[in-house]
Amino acid sequence: MLLNDEVKMLRQVPMFSGIAAAKLKLLAFTSERVAYRGGEVLFHQGEDGDAAYVILRGQADVLVNTPQGEVKVAELSENSVVGEIAILCDIARTATVRAVTPVEALRISKENFCKMMMDFPEMMFEVMRVLASRLSQTTAELSAELAESRKASAQGAH
Amino acid sequence: MLDMRLYSYIWKHTRMQQAWILVIVALSMIPYFMAFNLPKDIVNGPIQGAGFETPDATQVFMRLSVQLPGMSEELLLFPGIPLDRLGTLFALSAVFLALVIINGLFKFYINTYKGKLGERLLRRIRFSLVDHILRFPPSAFKHMKGAEIASMVKDEVEPLGGFTGDAFVSPAMLGGQALTALVFIFVQSVPLGLVTATLVGLQVFIIPRMRRRLLVLGRERQLTTRQLAGRVSEIVDGIGTIHANDTSNFERADVAARLGRIFTIRFDIYQWKFLVKFINNFLASLTPFLFYSLGGYLALKGHLDIGQLVAVIGAYKDLPGPLKELIDWDQNRQDVEVKYQQVISQFAIDGVMEPEIQAPLANPPALEKPLAAVSVGVVDEGGGTALERVNLSIDPGEMLAVLGAAGSGSDTMAEVFARQVWPSSGRVTAGQSNLLTLPEAVSGRSISYAGAESYFFSGSVLDNLLYGLKNTPPKQENPSPHPMAAWQREESRLSGNPDYDPEGDWIDYAALGLSGREALMQRVYEVLDCVDLTRDTQDLAIRSTVSAADHPELAAKIVAMRSLLQEELRKRDLSELVVPFEAEAFNTEATLIENLLFGRVRPPAQMADILADDGFFQRLLKSTGLFERFTLIGLDIARTVIGLFVDLPPDHPFFRQMTLMTADDLPTYQALVQRFDNPAAAITDGDRIMMILLAFEYIETRHRFGLVDEDLMAAVVDFRRTFHESIPEDLLHMIELYNPTRFMDSGTLLDNVLFGKVSEKYRDGADQIRAVLISLLHEIGTFGEVLNIGLNFDVGPSGRRLSPAQRQKIALARALVRQSDYYVFNRPLSTLDSRSQERVLIAVLDRWRKTGQRPGVLWVLVNPAVARHFDRIAVFSDGRLVEEGSFDTLLERNGIFKDMIGS
Repeated sequence: MLLNDEVKMLRQVPMFSGIAAAKLKLLAFTSERVAYRGGEVLFHQGEDGDAAYVILRGQADVLVNTPQGEVKVAELSENSVVGEIAILCDIARTATVRAVTPVEALRISKENFCKMMMDFPEMMFEVMRVLASRLSQTTAELSAELAESRKASAQGAH
Repeated sequence: MLDMRLYSYIWKHTRMQQAWILVIVALSMIPYFMAFNLPKDIVNGPIQGAGFETPDATQVFMRLSVQLPGMSEELLLFPGIPLDRLGTLFALSAVFLALVIINGLFKFYINTYKGKLGERLLRRIRFSLVDHILRFPPSAFKHMKGAEIASMVKDEVEPLGGFTGDAFVSPAMLGGQALTALVFIFVQSVPLGLVTATLVGLQVFIIPRMRRRLLVLGRERQLTTRQLAGRVSEIVDGIGTIHANDTSNFERADVAARLGRIFTIRFDIYQWKFLVKFINNFLASLTPFLFYSLGGYLALKGHLDIGQLVAVIGAYKDLPGPLKELIDWDQNRQDVEVKYQQVISQFAIDGVMEPEIQAPLANPPALEKPLAAVSVGVVDEGGGTALERVNLSIDPGEMLAVLGAAGSGSDTMAEVFARQVWPSSGRVTAGQSNLLTLPEAVSGRSISYAGAESYFFSGSVLDNLLYGLKNTPPKQENPSPHPMAAWQREESRLSGNPDYDPEGDWIDYAALGLSGREALMQRVYEVLDCVDLTRDTQDLAIRSTVSAADHPELAAKIVAMRSLLQEELRKRDLSELVVPFEAEAFNTEATLIENLLFGRVRPPAQMADILADDGFFQRLLKSTGLFERFTLIGLDIARTVIGLFVDLPPDHPFFRQMTLMTADDLPTYQALVQRFDNPAAAITDGDRIMMILLAFEYIETRHRFGLVDEDLMAAVVDFRRTFHESIPEDLLHMIELYNPTRFMDSGTLLDNVLFGKVSEKYRDGADQIRAVLISLLHEIGTFGEVLNIGLNFDVGPSGRRLSPAQRQKIALARALVRQSDYYVFNRPLSTLDSRSQERVLIAVLDRWRKTGQRPGVLWVLVNPAVARHFDRIAVFSDGRLVEEGSFDTLLERNGIFKDMIGS
């Protein structure tokens, strides 16, 4: 896959969709192209986050360690971005990501990601927008969950 | 100890030699004056014929006689040889030549001797200065800049050496000459003598006083230049901070202002210097003026005869020379005196350790027990309290964990025990004695310390690991050493330097409980394992460039390993991680140039040399049509890269990721691309070569511009075939061709085993391959040798070539290799992640349990949870020891410790 194709892929990622092609090309160029075979791990839960990944090809699972063992919390496919939270707020990886099929991805290092945001405020805005919408989605899910559990406990009380 | 005045220092250390040189100088005067007189004898005698009035007249040559007191006749020592006119001429000329040679030899001896004297004193001063630095109290270094101190030791004391030889000889000689001339003038005419003496006195009085201001200015200049040196070194050390804060222009301004100050001072110096010179010259020429006018007047009036006047003027000719030199000497004296005092005042610091504390001890006694802080208080530089009346002891064999946030006093406590910080009140005792008054041979060897930031000396990893063992000066095995070595030794004694051999073995194996070097290396390996450094060391090794000549066996084994590795990778289903070098195939993970050459350029040769004008390589490229094709590829690359990077500032971090072009090259290539785009522009081969060099570094899988297709790959392999068939001898010296059965000197060990490229694609590829490689190295029994190569890795200045984590682990290992009664560790692993920290900590504690060594341990922890591995815990807060007890007791107490664990 050539640089230009990668740019096309990046454009389909919501976080990057509003950014000019030339800047995306720079982002793609300064990022590493990495490949994983099925079963290999992109990163482990608990590690320091040093990069975000854009999946270009293949599928991967997001897994969280719980006392009951590994639990799959999400599936990733083409055009997904993963790992950007850890590099934005300097926390350890909150989940493990493992390739299911052979995966090709663009690895955007923390330094580059942050530098891009500094240089191109529109990108920062896009990232904020995506994060905010994700937050509101999570909040909505959480309140639904809460309402559900209240209902359940209310029913239990009856 | 250093004297406060240079003269007493010189006198103290060189008085015997000064007296000797004065005697020699006095002796040298005899042939000197004889040589003065001789030309007159030659001219008057044989040349003009005095005493040779008749053709067969002879003169007695070299008649020596002595008039003894109480005897009427002379005692004849040598009757002399009668010689005729010609004979006398040649004999006298021969004597003249002999005197010239004798004078020259005297001069040679005196100058060498003075030089030697000066160098010895310089060596002594420099050594004393460094010796002082080694004995400064730790707090002294908070005010010092390394570069300033270094420039004092290196440059500022330098003139003292040159002056030492002249300190007594010059005034004696020049003063004597000036005095002789003055006395002579007095003998001829008292009034003229008085005039001369007055003017000379005036000169001697005024000029040095005027020059004093020059000295003040000189001192100022010295201070400002020293500060400049300090600032420059700060800029170098703090370059990262400067870039990060965009303060480079601030630094520029600061440096410019300092240079301005130096300029102003210098300008002032010049103005004064030449004013002084003017007055000096004026006074010097005033004397002859008075001679002519006053002397002439006296002669005309008949008080003085013409002959006397001429003699006085003649004698005066000999006066200004020595006088001027004497004044210069005096200025030089004041100058070096000031320099000396300047330097000395910097080194006169309170609390310098007594030399006895650092004197080497062959078998130092063990430290008394226990080690205890008794009411220790520490006040830091800002006057804040870092520790307040702390009582804490470490018993032998006890493992004590110290907790507390940064600034709570926990770090300071560890530093106090390690003598890195001296208590402001209270004291640290070992048994009954004060730790600070004990010889360092006792305290330094009984207590090992590793902090979060330990210093690394330039050298290899191993040098740094063994640094803490170099406590015992090597024995002087050789009683009758080589004459050169004996001379060296004698000279160090004469300069007050110790004559220990730094190259000798400073390690006292017996004291470490080891049989010798080999046992020590075993301990080193064991400690490396313990602190999790084995892997790092192996990594350093396999990334090291090793020459086959130094390690012939290893090289052979490595070459043999190539096929083993491939097989092993195949077995583990990892073969796609490596793209091996194959003579008949294009390697997609290698650069285009690597593919063309099927080899690599041997340093120090450069690609540009190989591609040089009309060389074999260039001609071959042209004849195969690749010259043009690569030019176009380069042009494409240049366009793309310029398009990507043109808007970025040159110091943008993205440039670091770009291997094809640097920020500085960008404008050059921009201009080149414009030329290529302009149909009217004449494009030279030089321009094309610029583009080709760009294309050479291109790797399709990394750069992904889509410039290399199947057809080009085939053409490259074809080229390679032709190239190899006809490669000329001189190119073979510059290029190391890939050969599956040969070791590559220009490649790292990893390159050599892989004999191919790790695929860029697989992020974990390198790690997985390394794991396979290391297990293979184990199997074929080269593990030790490989580890040693890693240990020989040069750490760079201050260990900068290592990662922070590696530095911390090596510093910890350096302490562990030692055999101490106490170990003080001050957050030694803070840059590691918490899991690794705990792993290493447990390994370290386990190692002591296993070896039966039961040292006392004080470990300042980052993570309170790991405190459970310790016997006792001390918790610090606000400079006080607030809680103390075992893990379980503290947990029950509901105090700070419980909060720490809970959070």
